[in-house]
Amino acid sequence: MTRSILGFFPSRQTLPVAGDRSTQGNHPGAGRGPIPKVDVMMRNAPSAASPNWAPAFAGVVLGGRKARAVLASVGLLAFVSGSAAYAQDAPAPAPAPQQAPADSAAPAAPAGDQSGGLVVDVTGGISAPMPIAIPVMPTAAVVSTPAGSTDVLGRQLSEIVTNDLRNSGLFTPLSPGQLRPVSFPEVTAPGFDYWGGTGAQALVQGFIRANGDGNLTVGCYLYDVSSKAELTRTGFVVSPSDWRRAGHKCADMVYTRLTGEGAYFDSRVVYVSETGPKGRRIKRLAIMDQDGANHRFLTNGQSIVLTPRFAPNQQSIVYMSYLNNRPAIYVYDIGSGKQRLVVANANLTFAPRFSPDGRNILFSMAQGGNTDVYRVSSQGGTPQRLTNSPGIDTGGSYSPDGSKIVFESDRSGGQQIYVMNADGSNQQRISFGGGRYATPVWSPRGDLIAFTKLGGGFRIGIMSPSGGGEKLLTNDWQDEGPSWSPNGRVINFYRSGRGSGGKADLWSVDLTGVNERKIPTPLDGSDPAWGPLRP
Amino acid sequence: MSKLSNILLACTALIAVAGCAKKRPAVLPPAPVDNNAPVDPNAGMNNGNVGGAIVPGSDADFQRSVSSNTVNFGLDMYDIDPTARAILDSQAQWLAKFPNQRITIEGHADERGTREYNLALGDRRANATKNYLAAKGVSSSRMTTISYGKERPVAMGSDDQSWAANRRAVTVVLN
Repeated sequence: MTRSILGFFPSRQTLPVAGDRSTQGNHPGAGRGPIPKVDVMMRNAPSAASPNWAPAFAGVVLGGRKARAVLASVGLLAFVSGSAAYAQDAPAPAPAPQQAPADSAAPAAPAGDQSGGLVVDVTGGISAPMPIAIPVMPTAAVVSTPAGSTDVLGRQLSEIVTNDLRNSGLFTPLSPGQLRPVSFPEVTAPGFDYWGGTGAQALVQGFIRANGDGNLTVGCYLYDVSSKAELTRTGFVVSPSDWRRAGHKCADMVYTRLTGEGAYFDSRVVYVSETGPKGRRIKRLAIMDQDGANHRFLTNGQSIVLTPRFAPNQQSIVYMSYLNNRPAIYVYDIGSGKQRLVVANANLTFAPRFSPDGRNILFSMAQGGNTDVYRVSSQGGTPQRLTNSPGIDTGGSYSPDGSKIVFESDRSGGQQIYVMNADGSNQQRISFGGGRYATPVWSPRGDLIAFTKLGGGFRIGIMSPSGGGEKLLTNDWQDEGPSWSPNGRVINFYRSGRGSGGKADLWSVDLTGVNERKIPTPLDGSDPAWGPLRP
Repeated sequence: MSKLSNILLACTALIAVAGCAKKRPAVLPPAPVDNNAPVDPNAGMNNGNVGGAIVPGSDADFQRSVSSNTVNFGLDMYDIDPTARAILDSQAQWLAKFPNQRITIEGHADERGTREYNLALGDRRANATKNYLAAKGVSSSRMTTISYGKERPVAMGSDDQSWAANRRAVTVVLN
């Protein structure tokens, strides 16, 4: 029986013994130079209509070149105390800062215009991603484990870290040909002279070791190549079945340390897997890691399923199913595989979302051709009606603190976005641009609303909760259904093609609108819902 | 101390998830197959075409007797226009002849609306159809509605003609 243990790796003594005295001087908190730091887009960037916002993202600042001294000793000392890695993982619960830009009425520029004047990088991603070296993680001794041989796992772990960081758009991992093997003792005593010659500004090294109890220990170290200093380290003890999570946690450590943003790689996505002809799509709930690994189907496709969302504790999924030709919302328990109807005796319930505390489910119910937003206990019971305007009120989404709800309504004649208090009071329209606005989703950081804008095609956009700073991130025929990464910096959505062969696929885009990529799935996919960071 | 608690909590949750996952392969759904005989949303309904003979009062009888089982709508609209009225009048006449037959009205939308909005829009169209038939004397107790949103188009193109065909309400006779 395998068990999952993913605890903080507590003791420096169990890390590989440094073979080089000089590394002692590189211990956290020791005399240090400037720290590499990847700039990410300013969260309150002016709208795309402003010609100035894009270059604000451009600079990668790193040790010794562009002078930005960042005192990291506090964070590093916290690391030594053994809690920093998880402290960094905690989602920032800070309330939404009020957005400054007031020029929201200005039409946003097409996404394709945003890269003008910037140096194009090889990934097609962000303007100046940081070169980073992630060599294969060596193993102390090659041991066969249920997850595979430790030497193979060491290579795969470095690939996980590489892919995560590359996909963020903020890093350019060195190609395998630029890397060289790292010996086990070298993990804590990097060959800085070699890595300096590769152009890498940061270096991620690690190791994997099979423990006597069947678990695996994975160590992860981040170095500043130019200042030849260790920036942070962490380690994980995982069961063989969870080995990939150690790679994602390592990538999260690097990402958070170098960008200052929250972690998001160690997370999962639930979505609707699609196949079959356009008129009779087979739709199945499916769950996978954020990078597409560990994919599995949850329902068998006999009924149409739509719009899944994770419960905050990630132990259940709320979704809509046409089971028995009665379209209604269900809660699916991931552990048991059982599902239960949430609202009985209703004609049509749909668009379900959990409240941030998991105690309530927000949903839409149609009665006599009129659709309103309701709330019901996640255990069931009598729904409470939150909106009562004639027309279609749907697509509700809670603010991270649970105090407010953003939703869409066509009460004005077309779909627009509104914000109200969690009890339904004080309903205020926030979208006023041309076209229609749908599927609003509150960022887990609270500072932005993602939406689908309809007008010609469908595009994914963001605006502040007060309606300012509108910016469109994608420009294709039909992009719909945004869902936020746990750190509020990346959005998953689905893109549909035209015509009889038109299929839907999962995509992601970051807040810059530049780093857009397809998410690999075994079949087609729609309705992605990105779960929280895993515990 | 709090660190330890956090680890314990994390471990507990993981043990629960992973432990159950290991026990569950028997109930996992089958692997995806290329399904060339996809599910008919109306499967199981009696089409009345038994042995080639159409049974009076069946859905097949309904379909050959009325001017159409389908009414169409304008973009983002749900009003019953004159063309639709003529169709529904013929449906009401047939339903008057078979007062024990129950129907369901399927509401659909074209692909140019968002998924959830279209579920509500399909519901609007099905209800508008139901309300018209009720006004023509069909008892509401005989009628149910179901919205498929944009999930079940009849025309696969992404053009005006296909979209117009997909904005529809379809009357289906049950049993």
